This record gives sequence, structure tokens and C-alpha cells, in this order.
Amino acid sequence: MTATTFTLVVGAVSALAGFLGALTGLGGGVVVVPALTLALGVDMRYAIGASLVSVIATSSGAAAAYVREGFSNIRIGMFLEIATTIGAVAGAFLAGRFGTHALAIIFGVVLLQAAYQTVFKGSLETAAPTESDALGRRLRMGGVYPLEGKMQEYGVRNVPAGFGLMFGAGALSGLLGIGSGAVKVIAMDRAMHIPFKVSTTTSNFMIGVTAAASAGVYLSRGYIDPRVAMPVMLGVLAGAFLGSKALVHAPVRVLRIVFAVVIVALAIEMIVNGIAGRI
Amino acid sequence: MDDRRLEIIIGNLLRTGVLTAAVLVFAGGVAYLAAHRGDHIGFHTFTPGDSSLRTVQGIAASAARLNSEGLMQLGLLLLIATPVARVIMAVFGFALERDWLYFVVSLIVLAVLLASLTRAA
Repeated sequence: MTATTFTLVVGAVSALAGFLGALTGLGGGVVVVPALTLALGVDMRYAIGASLVSVIATSSGAAAAYVREGFSNIRIGMFLEIATTIGAVAGAFLAGRFGTHALAIIFGVVLLQAAYQTVFKGSLETAAPTESDALGRRLRMGGVYPLEGKMQEYGVRNVPAGFGLMFGAGALSGLLGIGSGAVKVIAMDRAMHIPFKVSTTTSNFMIGVTAAASAGVYLSRGYIDPRVAMPVMLGVLAGAFLGSKALVHAPVRVLRIVFAVVIVALAIEMIVNGIAGRI
Repeated sequence: MDDRRLEIIIGNLLRTGVLTAAVLVFAGGVAYLAAHRGDHIGFHTFTPGDSSLRTVQGIAASAARLNSEGLMQLGLLLLIATPVARVIMAVFGFALERDWLYFVVSLIVLAVLLASLTRAA
């Protein structure tokens, strides 16, 4: 493949991934890595390096918009980033130890989980507690968020459980070059009982910092090749921008199901190819 | 200075960083394709590649020579730096708020980030 063709094909695929990732809230990485490895035969290490870079771009690019909405909680985010960044460094080191077959299989399993969570949207529908527990209070994590036109107070619970899950989310991010926003939302929404809106926007804020923690390791290992990362970053960024504009009019429920089907297919391909040693 | 004002400043800073990075990467990409459009590339097998694209000094030197791959990589490096800048802003922000607990929390996060990035220094 010539450099021009490669750049255009990878750019187009990444734009589509970024578009769908923004519409469904899953991010572009979950599609970019399988598309590069399965369809174009790119080595897994180049694919996760380029994906990690695009994850930082979408997270940092969207931060300003999320802040304006007034949902994200910088204290919760910063505290949990201790866990995600340490996890990310550990994951990035493990990525060098594992072979690409093992990485492909793990990636497939994570995709299956993400697809499940996309369809059976994992929010606790019960009202978030307004009181923090003892540790949540000591860490002053509670806050307010806009709900039905007025500011609603919320408390934060089970900080140690959330912290532990966040370490896992960081490790997956460093291992696979994805944002692992799905796991971050589980940690905040389900374990710590933080309102869903606050969880998702704070998670977006954390994704970039988490990814930056493994980026240094990736860069020094040569996983980030600019000839691959350039079309991926520009494509995902453009796609995510368009996706966030289209979000208002999109049939989100239908899209989530379609996207989940695509992800399941990609997951099975990744696992089969990983087991067969073709990745 | 309250949390919300701090976050708005940080959010705008991040967006500016991402846009600047994207412009650099795009410019480097155009220069790369202009010079190498017929090259055959596939990335089917992994090779760690030239150290000039794997260290901060190497990337800076390569970009200064206006090498197209160096320019793209400098843009990507700037992109990686945007979340680091966000954490540095938070360190200062919490210090201004005299919130020492979260000042220390942000310092720990910054230490982890720098420990990882200095591998590429």
C-alpha cells in the first residue's frame, strides 16, 4: 500500500470510529485498534500506540464543552487519577511483556464487556445518595449538579472500591491503548454511587490524564509511529467533533445497539485471530 | 478562584493545546505525503524505529530540521503534554484555593506522569 492510500484509508476509518465513538459514548479506540489490526494487518503495537494518542485528543478536546455543562467533579477526578495513572504505567509495562496474541484476546474480552454495557446501559436508576460516607466526607468529594433546572446535591461512597476499580481501568488503558471509559463509569456510577451524568463527564476528563501516563512508555518503546498516528489522530478528532454535533438529532438507542453488534463481531474476530496466532 | 472557574480555564487551555497539536500534525502530514506519497508502507511487522522519534530531545532536534516525521511527532508530543498541563494547572489552582489535601493529590498524579514521561526524555 502506498503512503497516500494508507493515510487516506486509515484516516477515513478513524473518522468513522471517532464519529460512532462520540455518538455512543464509547470513544474511538475500541474500533480503531481492531480495524487497523484485522482489516489492514497493522501490528498490534502500532495500533494501540496510535489509538492511545487519539484517546488523549478526544478527551482534551471535549473537556471545555463538558466543563461548561457543569457536571464534572475535579476533586473526584484528581483523586481517582492517582489510581488510574499508576495502573496505566503498570499496564503499559505489561503490554511489552505480553505477546500480541495475548493482547488481542484480552482486547476482545474487553470489547465484549463494553458491548454488553452499551446495550444494558449500566446506570443504577435509584437516586444518588445526598450524603457522603465517612471517607467521602473527609475527602470533600460531594458536590452539586444541575438536575431538572435546580442544583441537586450528591454524596460519594465506597471510595476504596472505586479506587481499586480505577486501578484496573488504568491498567487496561495502558495495556490496550484505549480510554477504558466504560470501566471508569462503572467504578464511579455503580461502586461510588455518583450520579450518572457526573460519572460520565468526570470519566472523560480523567481519560486523557490516564492515557498520558502510559504515553511516555509507549513513546520510548516506539509504539507511537507518526505515520500511523497522524491519520488516526486527525481522523478520530474530526469524527468525534462531527459526532458531538450530530448527537442532538441522532437516534441514540438504535445506534447503541448497532454499535454493540459491530463491537461483538470485532471482539470475536480479535479473539479468534489471537488464539490462531494471526495477530 | 473557585473550582468551576479553575475548570473553565483548564478546559480552554486543553482545547487550545489540542488544536495547536492537530495543526502541527496536519502540517507534518502534508510535508510527509508530499515527499513520500509513493512509498510502500504497511506496518505489518513491528520495529522500534529510529531513536530520533522516541525521545523528547530526538523529536525536538528532528522537528527543528523540519523533518516531516519529526514535525508530526512533535505535534503528538504536544498533544500528550496537554493532560500534563491540566494537572499542573490543578496543582496551582488548589494551592491558590489553599486546599492542601488536593494540592498534594494533584502533585502525586503529576509525579506519576513525569515518572512515565521521563522514560522518553
